[in-house]
Amino acid sequence: MAGAGTPPSDFKAALGEAAAAGGIALLLTLPLVGMRTLETSGGLVIHPHFADVALTVLLVFLGRLGLVLIEAGRGGAVLAAAAAMVAAGWLLPFPTEALRGIALAGGLVVALRAGLALRSRHSTLTQAERDRRMDRVGARLQDASRLIGPVAVLFALVLPFMPFANRGVIDLGCLLLTYIMLGWGLNIVVGLAGLLDLGYVAFYAVGAYAYALMATTFGLGFWVCLPLAGIFASLYGLMLGFPVLRLRGDYFAIVTLAFAEIVRIVLLNWTAVTNGPVGIAAIPRPSFFGIADFTNSPAEGHLAFHQLFGLTFAPVHRIIFLYYVILALALVVNFFTLRIRRLPLGRAWEALREDDIACTALGINRTNIKLAAFAIAGMFGGFAGAFFATRQGFISPESFTFIESAIILAVVVLGGMGSQVGVVIAALLVVGLPEAFRDLAQYRMLAFGVGMVLIMLWRPRGLLAHRDPTILLHLRKSARQQQAESEARG
Amino acid sequence: MEYFLQQLINGLTLGAIYGLIAIGYTMVYGIIGMINFAHGEIYMIGAFVSMISFLVLGAAGITWVPLAVAVVLVVAMLFTAVYGWTIERIAYRPLRGSTRLAPLISAIGMSIFLQNYVQLVQGARVKALPPVISDVIVLAQRADGFKVSISYLQIMIIVLTTALMIGFTQIILRTPLGRAQRACEQDMKMASLLGVDVDRTISLTFVMGAALAGVAGVMVTMYYGVIDFYIGFLAGIKAFTAAVLGGIGSLPGAMLGGLTIGLIEAFWSAYFSVEYKDVAAFAILVLVLIFRPTGLLGRPEIEKV
Repeated sequence: MAGAGTPPSDFKAALGEAAAAGGIALLLTLPLVGMRTLETSGGLVIHPHFADVALTVLLVFLGRLGLVLIEAGRGGAVLAAAAAMVAAGWLLPFPTEALRGIALAGGLVVALRAGLALRSRHSTLTQAERDRRMDRVGARLQDASRLIGPVAVLFALVLPFMPFANRGVIDLGCLLLTYIMLGWGLNIVVGLAGLLDLGYVAFYAVGAYAYALMATTFGLGFWVCLPLAGIFASLYGLMLGFPVLRLRGDYFAIVTLAFAEIVRIVLLNWTAVTNGPVGIAAIPRPSFFGIADFTNSPAEGHLAFHQLFGLTFAPVHRIIFLYYVILALALVVNFFTLRIRRLPLGRAWEALREDDIACTALGINRTNIKLAAFAIAGMFGGFAGAFFATRQGFISPESFTFIESAIILAVVVLGGMGSQVGVVIAALLVVGLPEAFRDLAQYRMLAFGVGMVLIMLWRPRGLLAHRDPTILLHLRKSARQQQAESEARG
Repeated sequence: MEYFLQQLINGLTLGAIYGLIAIGYTMVYGIIGMINFAHGEIYMIGAFVSMISFLVLGAAGITWVPLAVAVVLVVAMLFTAVYGWTIERIAYRPLRGSTRLAPLISAIGMSIFLQNYVQLVQGARVKALPPVISDVIVLAQRADGFKVSISYLQIMIIVLTTALMIGFTQIILRTPLGRAQRACEQDMKMASLLGVDVDRTISLTFVMGAALAGVAGVMVTMYYGVIDFYIGFLAGIKAFTAAVLGGIGSLPGAMLGGLTIGLIEAFWSAYFSVEYKDVAAFAILVLVLIFRPTGLLGRPEIEKV
């Protein structure tokens, strides 16, 4: 605590540190940002953008200076400067919107830290403090999830009939529920069994292609194909699992990634079956449990949905129906996960996650248990894939790239592995937020990457980490009680 | 026979590039046990920096090829080294001692960020650069006119890679830095107790790996002449495959693995199908991990409880 009277040498040191940060920023941005290559008829030419570089360097310099000065006890001055910075970021013209975003976000962060420093006399919380705070929130949410869960499900059930629910909202709901379902499915492998699967999208792809091919070649309906797609994806999981499950940790992760890439490359090149990069179009839409179709003019001898229920025809009926299908599928996955955690299989997964050597010593068959996790999670991925195919009506290998796996994994890990509520919150964050800001499409994935890094830095175990064993030998206590006790102890 | 010889030359060149990237993976994995998922992106950035430098040099009128190539190599190594250092400082160092998963997720996030950053500032289109060195030496000629040739560029790539390999092996074996690196690899806590600056050593490891990836980026720009923001992903996975194949943590192993992957890819494309060359590389990864998880030159990992 240097107090108010900071000696000038401190200021000089702060300037030096800020200059170093500015220098690094200069080196980082000079070639890539400052010299944009443009394709012209005469070959590539360089288009200078040095103003962007200068501004970036200035922003980094100011930000670093602010942070160092906060540490030195000049919180008040920095707060005022940062507030001015935010105002400037809001009002002044910037060459690009990205720079304006950096100015605004950076100014806000520095202001926030300065404010914190003024209040608590130190600017950042230590990792332990942050963890304790978030653990408390997590435990409270875990407690509350008994209440939140039914409320959320109820909300999801009535959503299509809300006054604000237009087609776009229901479509977004379908998308979110698809990712929630995939997240819950992957949670079985990553959160419960503790296996880092970087290639979950392969199951999704197998399910989608299984449904699309069966439906377009053999004319099978959605409700026949759905279980078949699950079985195919599950079989793929078993096939992949046998060689791979002996590996562990990072090797396992990389091999699952390699397998997912193999699947994608095969889909891309096996033109005779998969139609290659063109993809499969005109995938049949689901019927109302095989009883009625969602169409205005049903075929001879068939009933249309609106006739069955005496409604007037509206295209939104099918979307609402799809919404309920994915809601039901997702809830099945959730219910399954919650129940299986109490069965010997689920307990074996959790034990394996904590210490697989001890498990082997206790006579648990490591490979079979992991294989079960893989096959079950794969089946759910296959269901989701079949749903995706029928909702889109068109699939191509483009939809099953690594980035898709990364998004699903981000949903699981950022939410806090093993936490069912965490998956929902993370899906809202990771998928919902970017969808809401569609206008900024080009910054979407950029922000996604930054967000992944920041959440990991801020809370390495995920937002709502929940690693308590589901079953305790003795008295069951609520998470909050345990929290209070552990705080009293430590 | 001539066709085979030509593929051998092409495969060795490709393998040298993979090997250089693989060294970065293997050094980082050896020292802190994490897969630096963003390493492929560093290589991509190296390719972009080298392309930009060639254009700047061309505009400045420096056309003497050896000088231009030397300048570009130094510039690319400098900038990629800064990227390597910054990534480690921002995304990995705060997570040291955290769960095993956290740095990997952070690295994946970093990789996504870097890809989109380059796409944003440099555009998504494929960039093409006219060849800088295009002379070839014809080694042999078949009766039907098929020529086996090695280009000066290929010679340069192979010679430069060999030189860098020798140089870095010497750094690891003979300098205080290399000693510190080997000490950290064995036991980080003990090394820090004995006065090794662990943070600095790890930073320098990242810097060295990134500089080598930068060299690989220069080579690929000159060799293929077309780059885009997405080239880092595949090259990264293949280079990691090479590192695993050679035995992770082993420098000569990384080079050996890179050459093997390059040769397999060249021969597979030549004799079977170009479309499935990536499948061949990944299949090798899977097979190696199943049958020889320690790689060709690696030491077995002891299971600790």
